Amino acid sequence: MDNTPSISDENAGIQLKDISWWFLAIILIFVWAIYIFLTRENYQEAFNFIKIGIAVTIKTSLIAYAFAVALGLFAGLGRISKNIFFNNLSRLYVELIRGIPMLVLIFFIALVGVPMFVDGINAFGAWLVSIGLGVIGAPLSGFGNRAFTMNSRAIIALSVTYGAFLAEIFRAGIQSIGRGQMEAGRSLGMSYGQTMRHIILPQAVRNVLPALANDFVAMVKDSSLVSVLAVRDITQVSRLYAGSTFRFREAYITVSVMYLTLTVVLSLLVQLMERRLRNND
Amino acid sequence: MINPHDNTEPRDMIVVKDLYKHYGHVKALNGVNLTVKKGKVIVVIGPSGSGKSTMLRCLNHLEKPTSGEVWIDGLLLGKDEKALNEARTEVGMVFQLFNLFPHLSVLENVTIAQKVVRGRSKDEATDIAMKQLKRVGIPEKADVFPTNLSGGQQQRVAIARSLAMNPKIMLFDEPTSALDPEMIKEVLDVMLDLAKEGMTMVCVTHEMGFARSAADEVLFMDEGLIVEHTTPHGLFNNPKEERTKLFLSQILQH
Ligand SMILES: Nc1ncnc2c1ncn2[C@@H]1O[C@H](COP(=O)(O)OP(=O)(O)OP(=O)(O)O)[C@@H](O)[C@H]1O
Ligand SMILES: [Mg+2]
Repeated sequence: MDNTPSISDENAGIQLKDISWWFLAIILIFVWAIYIFLTRENYQEAFNFIKIGIAVTIKTSLIAYAFAVALGLFAGLGRISKNIFFNNLSRLYVELIRGIPMLVLIFFIALVGVPMFVDGINAFGAWLVSIGLGVIGAPLSGFGNRAFTMNSRAIIALSVTYGAFLAEIFRAGIQSIGRGQMEAGRSLGMSYGQTMRHIILPQAVRNVLPALANDFVAMVKDSSLVSVLAVRDITQVSRLYAGSTFRFREAYITVSVMYLTLTVVLSLLVQLMERRLRNND
Repeated sequence: MINPHDNTEPRDMIVVKDLYKHYGHVKALNGVNLTVKKGKVIVVIGPSGSGKSTMLRCLNHLEKPTSGEVWIDGLLLGKDEKALNEARTEVGMVFQLFNLFPHLSVLENVTIAQKVVRGRSKDEATDIAMKQLKRVGIPEKADVFPTNLSGGQQQRVAIARSLAMNPKIMLFDEPTSALDPEMIKEVLDVMLDLAKEGMTMVCVTHEMGFARSAADEVLFMDEGLIVEHTTPHGLFNNPKEERTKLFLSQILQH
């Protein structure tokens, strides 16, 4: 008898549990969505109205994420630092952010935090002017809240919030690298900072890359919260559309499909990256 | 001209004075005193937990002593981080578990500190790295990543990495104890060559063959103290302390 498995043998081996039914369902949803967007005028109208928010959603997420990575890296280094001030400051930041709902944080940072910051800069500028440093002081004291549009406040709010989440990811990544690596670097005469930068961080970041990417997907979704600041992202635009036309079904189906498209595509990219990383090990 | 420092007497490369290291209530070192002359090879032996690694790690201040002084080639190691980093470039260290950088190729492992610390150009660092890799016998592995090397090869890369910084002193902490028996020799041979070339070395190792053929002095440590300070000949033929005899009888049984 011939023992080499034929194609039909392998097909017979596939069982119901081996198929990603949930994924097929998502594909069906997309097919259905494409169908209605192509055939129904109501949906086309909603889509054309809401799509003007796509750029804002993507731009807000990308910029806020870039700032959050920088902030998170800094705070993550602080969490493992032996410097008492830096360490406690980072811990305080992370705990404060984690203890407050994101929606409240967004209101707080955009409508209280930023104005407080501006007042502080103004006071500092006025002080500089009073001690005779008018050249630097004058522009700082005249610096108004107008300088921060709601869009930029939304970005600041998202960055500060996600910075705390990313800090914990970076901390875990750094702590996953064995202590021998730091010792080897130090024994070669590299400083703590040099060893961190050239030896520890490249390995740590690689370990947490999937987690970082997942948080980007989460950020894209959470960027919908900035609609409470009247920033015209897809959530806000769909609310406006629904409010003025009373076509709630069209508005919210359209915006849901848009988010789903973004997150499903991004998640697939993350999975691809994870597989790549695993194969390189 | 008369030189008061007679050149026939080698200078002190390492001087340790009253070194104490306590971890909470664990007393790892209890007053260690030691002088190592230039070019000497010191082998340190002793039971587990006797403070051998701790002493070695205090020599380059990888571990900060609780009290006491460490002088490296006439410089007192202090609190200033910058001075410490500089001093550490003069003191190479080889670890039991190699501690190669897994994200860097063998060549990059050997060049990174040269570039970052010594400020050498890429070409210069590569030249020096290749010389050191030849010296330890694996220049052909330059582009390989550490995980694809055997333990013995990894340890030789680690030695090359330290040597590339042109250290005046090399510290070895049980460099062969994580290796399969058939790889121990290739690492010991590299160490023997180094010893012959006149490197000042402090080696924690229980390879008695190495102690016999390369060591100028042997230290036996117990409970955070140097209990016996002798020559290899003295150690094997005429150990003075009961603890030394007991320890030797245990490790020489095999
Ligand atoms: N980081 C640390 N924290 C707390 N205790 C430590 C630390 N490092 C070492 N010790 C303790 O100090 C003592 C000496 O340890 P050390 O590692 O120097 O011994 P050793 O002679 O190198 O032993 P081994 O042969 O097992 O390597 C031990 O009791 C050990 O438990
Ligand atoms: Mg040890």
